[in-house]
Amino acid sequence: MRVSVWKIATITLAAVVVFPLLVVFSGWMQTENLVWEHLAETVLGELLTNTAWLLLGVGMLVTALGVSLAWLTAMCEFPGSRIFDWGLMLPLAVPAYVMAFVALGVMDFTGPVQSVLRDVLGDGGYWFPEVRSTGGVIVVMSLALYPYVYMLSRASFLTQGNSMIEAARALGMPAWMAFFRVSIPTARPAIVAGLSLALMETLADFGTVAIFNYDTFTTAIYKTWFGLFNLQAASQLASFLLVLVVIALMVERQLRSDAKYYETARRGCIFRYQLSGWRRWAATMFAGLVLMIAFIAPVIQLGLWAWEVMEQDLNSRYWGLLWHTLVLGGMAAILTVTGAMILAFTRRYHADVVVESSVGIATLGYALPGSVLAVGVMLTFTSIDNFMNTLATIVGHEVSGPILTGTILALIIAYMVRFLAVAYAPIDSGLGRIHNSLAEAARGLGASAVVTMLRIYMPLLRPGLFTAGLLVLVDVMKEMPATMLLRPFGWDTLAVRIYEMTSEGEWERAALPAMTLILVGLVPVVILVRRSARY
Amino acid sequence: MGTLEIKNIRCGYDGQNIIDGFSLDFRDTTLNCLLGPSGCGKTTVLRAIAGFEPIQAGEIILDGKVISSKGMTVPPEWRGIGMVFQDYALFPHLSVADNVSFGLRRSGRKEKRKVAEQMLELVGLEGYPDRYPHGLSGGQQQRVAVARALAPHPPLILMDEPFSNLDVELRERLVLDIREVLRQRQTTTLFVTHDQEEAFMLGEHVGVMNNDGCIMQWDLPYNLYHEPSSRFVADFVGQGRLIEGILADYDSVSTSLGILKGNRAYEWPKDTRVDVLLRPDDVLLNVKGGVDCLVTDRHFKGAQIMYTLRTPCGDELLSLVPSHLDIDTGQKVRVGIDAEHLVIFRR
Repeated sequence: MRVSVWKIATITLAAVVVFPLLVVFSGWMQTENLVWEHLAETVLGELLTNTAWLLLGVGMLVTALGVSLAWLTAMCEFPGSRIFDWGLMLPLAVPAYVMAFVALGVMDFTGPVQSVLRDVLGDGGYWFPEVRSTGGVIVVMSLALYPYVYMLSRASFLTQGNSMIEAARALGMPAWMAFFRVSIPTARPAIVAGLSLALMETLADFGTVAIFNYDTFTTAIYKTWFGLFNLQAASQLASFLLVLVVIALMVERQLRSDAKYYETARRGCIFRYQLSGWRRWAATMFAGLVLMIAFIAPVIQLGLWAWEVMEQDLNSRYWGLLWHTLVLGGMAAILTVTGAMILAFTRRYHADVVVESSVGIATLGYALPGSVLAVGVMLTFTSIDNFMNTLATIVGHEVSGPILTGTILALIIAYMVRFLAVAYAPIDSGLGRIHNSLAEAARGLGASAVVTMLRIYMPLLRPGLFTAGLLVLVDVMKEMPATMLLRPFGWDTLAVRIYEMTSEGEWERAALPAMTLILVGLVPVVILVRRSARY
Repeated sequence: MGTLEIKNIRCGYDGQNIIDGFSLDFRDTTLNCLLGPSGCGKTTVLRAIAGFEPIQAGEIILDGKVISSKGMTVPPEWRGIGMVFQDYALFPHLSVADNVSFGLRRSGRKEKRKVAEQMLELVGLEGYPDRYPHGLSGGQQQRVAVARALAPHPPLILMDEPFSNLDVELRERLVLDIREVLRQRQTTTLFVTHDQEEAFMLGEHVGVMNNDGCIMQWDLPYNLYHEPSSRFVADFVGQGRLIEGILADYDSVSTSLGILKGNRAYEWPKDTRVDVLLRPDDVLLNVKGGVDCLVTDRHFKGAQIMYTLRTPCGDELLSLVPSHLDIDTGQKVRVGIDAEHLVIFRR
């Protein structure tokens, strides 16, 4: 049997993804568990309850916001509905941790809102909700994450078409009731898929909870690693988080596959409810308020802050940060897109059971929290280093100390593992649009496999490759926890700078990098909006 | 059984009329069909009857009650008209039984289940109540859609191209089964299709619509084929060719194939120039005393062969004969005409 190079490459990629995960669990096999016992006694209970409240609160709020907004924009006609249709996706460009520090900066005791209240009403003359609270984290995170539910349920409402609602009406059910009895249940797989994406992001989040001093597994991992310098205990914490993520992931994958049964042929133009009277303006107010709080206001506030510090902060240090961020993002994008292309080609042209499951494993990474991944990659690289040192000693070299650990390679690999799925989707769908007969025609006209690749596939795939690279670049630029844990000395990025400034409460000085990230983040959102446009 | 009257309705969007001056009236007939080319507005008529399209003029009357008129549309959910959609529109999140009993909202759970099982038995799907739509084949989904529409005992059922998504073999069996169900239940049905075979199989009465959305002829399938009242119907229904002729007597026409005699008297005076419709089954080959014609084309269909022939004066004819009569193109053959229903149009 001829073993193809493609197949080996695919299996290798799957191994690179899965190995750090298995390593995370290896922490339990060591005998010395003093730190872990201490952690289990003191913080584990709090971590679990905190995480549970966060998941519950964010889950309910993103579902309520996402589904109601999706239904309004997809099925109803009200003033501004066509603008809100795409406008409500814009908050995707704002990382949750940026939303978090803007919210704190504006609403905290020393912030402008409370200062004005104090001036008007005097000290203690007013009641104000505590922003640094469980409720505060939940609201901020939901405003950043509701677009996942919004986008998926909107797409589902749009593809349902009319005939199902019409069938319900022909069977005697009023239109508004048909929405609850037919439209929502039909959209349920899409809604839950969006919800589980939002919850995976919630589990993975480090920046937001760190700014709010709300302890979850991600912050605990960071503190155990950098505060107690105990990688083993960190890996034990990471394994807890991993189990939670795997549950969310299984739910999502199952519902994704159910969802295809719920697809119906799209027919003609969709029926839209004409809202009338006060309902029209209530809809506009609601959608407008969400867009205002989740996107417009934070961007304006960041703009003001950035303007204040522009002269002092737009210096060589900023350009250095930007350069590092772009270099890391660029390298990760090239590596990840190459990997994703290998996966997509192998799956399409050398498919068998092994390849299918390897691709399935290799694209799991999007669910993995950056902090878990960092722990896994770190442990893996440390053991490789130890092995190589031992080897070198045996051969007689006097090499000792880290070889791979603490290099840029660890970080790039971690990025690739996390974002392979992001790059895979556009390449795979691009490849799906290239019919086999095109390649066969080229081969029939005498082109070799290599020539076919260069002259047929590459030009046709260019838009897909471009999108894939762009998505990875932007995601890497926004990535915080893995970068914080794995970056070599001197490789600070914009996200790291935001963490450093916000942990000292210097909101203004975090504004310039945050603004940069939002502007960059808008590019893929615009692509997404244009792809999902329906007019 | 329901009676439906449609009087001169007009409907359309954005100032463009899709249907204008459309009328239809049937009572005490079970299986009614609208047959027409794609885009002639037949689906619009159906949706207007169901209440999904408002009408700008005219009236739609069901069992004596006006359900649509200018500026007044009874909502679809109050009409109680059953509808079978082209894509079936089964609810994916409900089981087959829940789909079927969806329209029985006042019944209790047990009652619903009982009706659902009865309906499923009627359409030949016993044992499927707990399946989900995505687990069914296209034909089974269609049966569920029919059962769902029938369950609330509607006075009228509408079907939009009900069999167009199915393959030919399955379709034939399904059409026969569903015809049986509708007859047994005595449910007045109106369905639309562009497929003449389907219309003839299921429809007891068929209306042929032209491209302007008007019914050209409302008749039995047999009559549509053998007694078309207009050139459009003659052309749209079945195959055939027109040849020139002159009215020789009140009941016969003189053509290049001789004098053809029909079974009726024509109203036009002698010597009127006319066209005679000859169907492929009217044209016989190897007939004694026939006219010599040239075989220009042949199309082998298995049991039969369709020949294209040219008469001495250049007219074209089609002839469908059993396939053991095998003639090559370019040969001559004696052609005779046997047309009892001699259909002629004035030139």
